[in-house]
Amino acid sequence: MDPISFETHPDRYRHWRLSTDGDVATLVMNVDPDHPHRPGYELKLNSYDLSVDIELADAIQRLRFEHPEVRAVVVTAELDRVFCSGANIYMLGSSSHSFKVNFCKFTNETRLYLEEASAESGLRALAACQGTTAGGGYELALACDEILLVDDGSSAVSFPETPLLAVLPGTGGLTRLVDKRKVRRDRADVFCTVAEGIKGKRARDWGLVDQVVPRSKWDATVAERARALAAEGAALAHGPAVALPALAPTVEADRIAYRYVELRVDPATRTGDLTITGPTAPPPAELHAGADGGAELWSLRAFRELDDALLRLRFDHPTIGVLRLRTRGDAAHVLAHDEALARATTGFAREVRLLQRRVLKRLDNTARSFFAVADAADSCFAGVLLETALSADRFYMLIDDAEAIAVRTSSANAGPMPTGSGLTRLQARFYGTPDDVAKVLARGADGPIAGEEAEQLGLATVAADDIDFEDELRIAVEERASLSPDALTGMEASLRWVGPETLETKIFGRLSAWQNWIFTRPNSTGEQGALTLYGRPERPAFNWNRT
Amino acid sequence: MSTVLSDDKIPNNVNLSSDRRLQRALEAWQPKFLDWWMEMGPAGFQVQDVYLRTAVSVEASGWAHFDYVKMPDYRWGIFLEPKQEGRTIGFGDYQGQPVWDEVPGELRNMLRRLIVTQGDTEPASVEQQRLLGQTAPSLYDLRNLFQVNVEEGRHLWAMVYLLHTYFGRDGREEAEELLGRRSGDRDRPRILGAFNEPTTHWLSFFMFTMFTDRDGKYQLSALSESGFDPLARTCRFMLTEEAHHMFVGETGIQRVVKRACELMKQDPSGDVRALGGIDLPTIQKYLNLWYTLSLDLFGGEISSNAADAFAAGLKGRHKEDKYEEHKVLDQSYPMEVLEDGKIVAKDIAMRTALNEVLRAEYIKDCARGVERWNKTIREEGVDFTLALPSNRFHRHIGIYADSHFTPGGEPVSRAVWEAHRHEWLPTDEDEAYVKSLMQPVLEPGKMASWIAAPAKGINGQPEQFEYVRLV
Repeated sequence: MDPISFETHPDRYRHWRLSTDGDVATLVMNVDPDHPHRPGYELKLNSYDLSVDIELADAIQRLRFEHPEVRAVVVTAELDRVFCSGANIYMLGSSSHSFKVNFCKFTNETRLYLEEASAESGLRALAACQGTTAGGGYELALACDEILLVDDGSSAVSFPETPLLAVLPGTGGLTRLVDKRKVRRDRADVFCTVAEGIKGKRARDWGLVDQVVPRSKWDATVAERARALAAEGAALAHGPAVALPALAPTVEADRIAYRYVELRVDPATRTGDLTITGPTAPPPAELHAGADGGAELWSLRAFRELDDALLRLRFDHPTIGVLRLRTRGDAAHVLAHDEALARATTGFAREVRLLQRRVLKRLDNTARSFFAVADAADSCFAGVLLETALSADRFYMLIDDAEAIAVRTSSANAGPMPTGSGLTRLQARFYGTPDDVAKVLARGADGPIAGEEAEQLGLATVAADDIDFEDELRIAVEERASLSPDALTGMEASLRWVGPETLETKIFGRLSAWQNWIFTRPNSTGEQGALTLYGRPERPAFNWNRT
Repeated sequence: MSTVLSDDKIPNNVNLSSDRRLQRALEAWQPKFLDWWMEMGPAGFQVQDVYLRTAVSVEASGWAHFDYVKMPDYRWGIFLEPKQEGRTIGFGDYQGQPVWDEVPGELRNMLRRLIVTQGDTEPASVEQQRLLGQTAPSLYDLRNLFQVNVEEGRHLWAMVYLLHTYFGRDGREEAEELLGRRSGDRDRPRILGAFNEPTTHWLSFFMFTMFTDRDGKYQLSALSESGFDPLARTCRFMLTEEAHHMFVGETGIQRVVKRACELMKQDPSGDVRALGGIDLPTIQKYLNLWYTLSLDLFGGEISSNAADAFAAGLKGRHKEDKYEEHKVLDQSYPMEVLEDGKIVAKDIAMRTALNEVLRAEYIKDCARGVERWNKTIREEGVDFTLALPSNRFHRHIGIYADSHFTPGGEPVSRAVWEAHRHEWLPTDEDEAYVKSLMQPVLEPGKMASWIAAPAKGINGQPEQFEYVRLV
């Protein structure tokens, strides 16, 4: 299959329309049924697939960078009596397991971005559900700050996944219902088994939506609530606006190359090399200076590239199980960029850091084995790039006599890039010895930390000299590549998120894991499974054993 | 024991007087029904005596009891066809098993949706027709309108009975919402789109009862096959009343057609409108409109909902008995679909094509009615033929909805469609003209200029019979 492009632009949207009016943006879902991500199904009734969600993710990102004046976004639809009917069932039914899992992961990330934009950037989201809001449609609404549902006697919010398809509302729906909206769990239980959902006053009384609004008052209420939400975030700095240019990578069968990021894959060994190049110069005095307005700033550009590379890795290279993660460049420039971002008070600088944070989370959430490797003098695991090494499952460092190979810390390691659990990567690493966090940061402030010391401090997993290093790494990679990919996914996911649970870790851990299990079970995807048979003349037959 | 409700006030064969649950539910609902009737029922005719038929029992002698009654005093009853002992489910995955007398839990939601969707159309049509009494072309027609209205009311009762008896609290809430929605109301619209358009004049009323009520007949027929026995028995009884509605529509149009032919021959240049009639080409346009709106009511050509309802044994085919095989798992249905601007035949799994199967039966039935109108035209010696348009023409639901077709079924561009639309569907001018004819004629035995007298009276009554006492 052709590689998937995750890049788009509002000019090319097929499924959404983005418009702005002062501090309120409107994102209208109007899915074109005839242009699914791949042929074989129609996107009826505002159902979505990857192509629809790529546009949504793009829209949220662009609002943050290109329309910083926007303080509230109204997510709505124009279809008669339908807001969104969720992920397209025929698409799910005809997709490989790996695709389904990655599709759900991507949609989950996008919904979390909506919430992050609200929490961190003051960009509130209002779900204006002007019709049926089913499954993934309601999950999208749940990711917004406030939900309005039209009160027309028939439009309902619903989770028909379990009763109709024998799967879960896996895009965060179950978790947000009880953890975010705090719907009483017995009511949530009822709601999740009534395929047609709940409408009107009861939907509001149960907390499923915030307000039910008759059609005659709909437009006025939506406008009024959007204005009220926009006012909430007004105090935060915003702008200046920066247009995000296309990344336009070079894509070959075994290589994707960007300006700062390169991904090489070797299907024969099921391994790959992901290399991030640091900035070639110090940051400009003003980050948004220059003709590009900051769009080409390394901190932004390199992380957008890494983001795109990770998505392509997930979707286009399912067999590449182990990745060596390297950095190349001048560590001082990396640190200078981190500090410039930390000093800047603009909304733009904040957005760049938040984008870095999201991309690092996407790295955490990528179900491949990552081994960070520092094996050359120009390695630059410094500051925000050190976070990639701390995200990796292991970190291999070569001990060189000159101690040129070293890691460096910056303010980026001290708080602004938390993982999904809310801990920084250093806090997660030293979960049993919390004092070591401060120790490492203090030591890092004094200068580079070379291999041997990095191992002692607990930063490097293995530090070895040139006699041992090559074999050490080769054997580790070969061994890793031989293990069951399923077991590794589960093992890594369990070890990466040490510490407390959050909405986010529950979604990716508990909810997604159950969903992915259910996806492989005959009751949903077997020959007589409900998902398989949906829309077909036969009805499902279940194996009644409970686990 | 209820003081409000009694077997006498509410004729029934469901042991209402000893069913506490039903009594409690109806005691709360019945006053709201009457409020609804006063607000949304026939406007301006709530105090007159109307010569109506009331069903007082399911016996042959009981279902058609004629007398004068004020509509708010009409005895809306609850009747189910008598139970057939040993009946088994006739189709779907549970074929051969005993029918259900209670709702199976796993089918509860699907069944409730079917009943609510059907039930919602009953009060909706009363609302759509509420102003028609002001412009009746004769007392005979006025009475027929009210007969249709009260029976739609009774059909609402029938569905409410099922909701009250078998669906607990949810059912009571749904029953109340059936009275809460309003046809054409922006805030509380009726469920199906076609039931939100007002019936603005009598030509539309006759077309509605001819074509839209006939959809009702086929839906009821499919539900009368249901494995949920109370639904099947209810629908079978309703079908006897639905037949009268179609009689009103079919003979109504037949009389308009006959009158058009008479006027064509009277006017030297054959101009029907010059003599205050409705010309045959205009009738054809309204036929095109109402027939196609009604086709939409059957739902999408390819429908997983239809497959599910059949598989579950809840909604069968029209006259399921006449089919040889009732599981319908391996069969396919040849369907004409539009691909790249061309009509091509495609085999669709039969269960998912069941809406289309039912629609095909309906189309045959409609064609028979149109043929009877053409017979009238021929008998009048006029050279004109009315015809049903293609099932692809002017559709808003299903696989043809987003494309344009001629009445003959040929795909055409939007531009061609727009250029010819006025030839195929009623224009604003047509609508204004037909409305201009709608003047009430309320003298016993008299008819408006645009409609012929009926061949015979209701219940054998003479031509001069005072069907509605206007004092």
